[in-house]
Amino acid sequence: MSENKPRSPIESGVPDGFQYMHPSMLRNFGMWKYHEHPKPGVLLHVSKSGDKLWTVKIGTQRILDVYTIRVLCDIADNFADGYIRFTLRSNIEYCVADEAKVEPLIKAVEDAGFIVGGTANSISMISHTQGWLHCDIPGTDASGVVKSMMDELIDEFKTCTMPNRVHLTTSCCQINCGGQGDIAINVQHTKPPKINHDLVANVCERPTVVARCPVAAIRPAMVNGKPSLEVDEKKCICCGACYPPCPPMQINDPIHSQLAIWVGGNHSNARSKPTFHKLVAAGVPNNPPRWPEATAIVKQILKVYKEDAKDWERINDWIERIGWPRFFELTELPFTKYHIDNWTGSRKNLNASTYIRF
Amino acid sequence: MQKHETPMLDELENGPWPSFISGFKRLRDDHPDKRINLVANDLLGQLEHSYETRKGYWKGGTVSVFGYGGGIIPRFSEVGHAFPESKEFHTLRVQPPPGNYYTSDILRQMADDWEKDGSGLITFHGQTGNIMFIGATSDNTQVFFDKINGYGWDLGGAGPCVRTGMSCVGAARCEQSCCNEHKVHRLLLNNFQDDVHRPALPYKFKFKISGCPNDCMNAIERADFAVIGTWKDDMKVDQEEVKAFISLKGRQYITDNVITRCPTNALSLSDDDTLNVDNRNCVRCMHCLNVMTKALSPGDDKGVIILIGGKRTLKIGDLMGTVVVPFMKLDTEEDYEEIVELAENIIDFFAENALEHERTGEMIERIGLVNFLEGIEVEVDPNMVSDPRSINYIRMDEWDQEAKKWFDNQAESA
Repeated sequence: MSENKPRSPIESGVPDGFQYMHPSMLRNFGMWKYHEHPKPGVLLHVSKSGDKLWTVKIGTQRILDVYTIRVLCDIADNFADGYIRFTLRSNIEYCVADEAKVEPLIKAVEDAGFIVGGTANSISMISHTQGWLHCDIPGTDASGVVKSMMDELIDEFKTCTMPNRVHLTTSCCQINCGGQGDIAINVQHTKPPKINHDLVANVCERPTVVARCPVAAIRPAMVNGKPSLEVDEKKCICCGACYPPCPPMQINDPIHSQLAIWVGGNHSNARSKPTFHKLVAAGVPNNPPRWPEATAIVKQILKVYKEDAKDWERINDWIERIGWPRFFELTELPFTKYHIDNWTGSRKNLNASTYIRF
Repeated sequence: MQKHETPMLDELENGPWPSFISGFKRLRDDHPDKRINLVANDLLGQLEHSYETRKGYWKGGTVSVFGYGGGIIPRFSEVGHAFPESKEFHTLRVQPPPGNYYTSDILRQMADDWEKDGSGLITFHGQTGNIMFIGATSDNTQVFFDKINGYGWDLGGAGPCVRTGMSCVGAARCEQSCCNEHKVHRLLLNNFQDDVHRPALPYKFKFKISGCPNDCMNAIERADFAVIGTWKDDMKVDQEEVKAFISLKGRQYITDNVITRCPTNALSLSDDDTLNVDNRNCVRCMHCLNVMTKALSPGDDKGVIILIGGKRTLKIGDLMGTVVVPFMKLDTEEDYEEIVELAENIIDFFAENALEHERTGEMIERIGLVNFLEGIEVEVDPNMVSDPRSINYIRMDEWDQEAKKWFDNQAESA
């Protein structure tokens, strides 16, 4: 075959996962009866067949080098029957069908520097995005923020002493790829884009950019004799939506791209319908390499939640019970005019009742 | 090799959580292949530069593999003159198996190939659900894809296309699973591989599958097409286990943490410590099942709910997926054909009617749910709303026909 002849792809799509499942999972597929939580980081599933399967959950750095992958594979081969599963939040789950294998597996994992935990009412690994490492539009890093925060929250990953599970997310721009979370730490831009008018005509499809703006603040304009775009800075909400389709409209700024913190996002239907997270803090400096200001606020919210929430209350459930005034009082965060929603449909977020707590 | 100074990144090697920076340094310092050492060194250098200046330095471009239009995230460095070895650093998005199951053998095979052609860094997984092979040159992108495609792995979606799907741990290891997530996931996604690989839709379209209403995949908030398992008949109550739970935790605990937490007051505890369930008013929220895993279980008449149109902010604000199919059985092959057909109808309608860069949820917001339902030929159902309309600004010219249709449909399904 000629070296230059291109190879046509095999459009196989999603691979069959059954070939990668632990034999106990194949045997007991759809037959699990109940689960228990013997200790933090360990789950026990019991099948109607009587089979038992122990899961050991561990936290990783998510971006894995081939050395780390091989260490994880060695652990799988020597202690966990050769199988590895990843969770949505980039935790790893090793499964074993023999209780005697659990403690040696935990020891091997911890000896290799990984962290056992993340089950039940713990703080799980922060689900996050790419950031400066690989994204084309990031206002901050992701892996570094997560590493810094998990260093501080690790005891709550390893134990299960929160009222309910806590899902944290981070996102490096306002598109919020990190998604909803009990607490979300997201970039928030505070100044309109800086436009390089020399490049706009060549790089950007101008009608697309105009259409992308959520508040119709962008219009075509001739600048220095060249077709470009201009931004009505009074209307601009600094969201950065124009930046991906038009990189000459630089939104990121070392000082003015800051962090905002949001709470109460919950995707489960348990107890109440799913909720989106809400703004609680902004103006938080984007401060590498350790982002101490953001971590301090997150820890303050978690401390109050842990002290005040009842068993099984997620952060949204807790705030629903105690009310937002108490939330701001307990967390000692300022409540400002910026917390009051003014987007389409925002009146549903206002208190149209006499319900006031004193 | 002149190693870049990385004083800020070095700070991220401190502390107990596993450090991604230490992993990069292992590739720089210990890997036998000089190419990998150089790439890791310049990657560290550019990342340190980002930390110092608080800015990103990657830009997109056009890179693909032969025969496909998407699946590669091109990354060219804007500071490639200073960090030339990592100046082309593209990502291959690869579709994982449903539930993210792997063996050590397959992970080793991927790692062995990736260190020959790429950077040696892999993310498990990106936020859409892909395995992210981060860091290939334009030439090696095709080389690596050819290898892994040869043993069963295919590129995922990128751009305005059907995106890589996600599904939960599922029936393989969860007693709350109410469907075969694995089968639903593969059937739906593999039906649309042309739409995954050749971006031609108005914008992205995501499938996510959760086996129960705990929705571990965050499908309602993130998926255009959310499939969520549930059940129709009575939940199962093992009264002996209820009593065992009460004797272990106490009556106060079950009152405070189970009975009073039910969103529809469908639970009550009798004087003899048996649990009564008003199954007609249970909304299958999962809370009591989550607390009392041994005593309570889903019923036998299982199926799925389908919600359409979830997404995050851009451009009109956050939208939850909303119910379009309140219950669908997934037992027979005909049932599975029906869900695929529904997805085809929805994607066809989306392709024809959405504006550029508009997600399904935004399209529905713009045209109204009823126009969408008529377009995909699904009848209205009161399960689709929280409340009927409260505004009286509406023309109801065809009220009588619509009312008759409702009664006829009710009679037909009775």
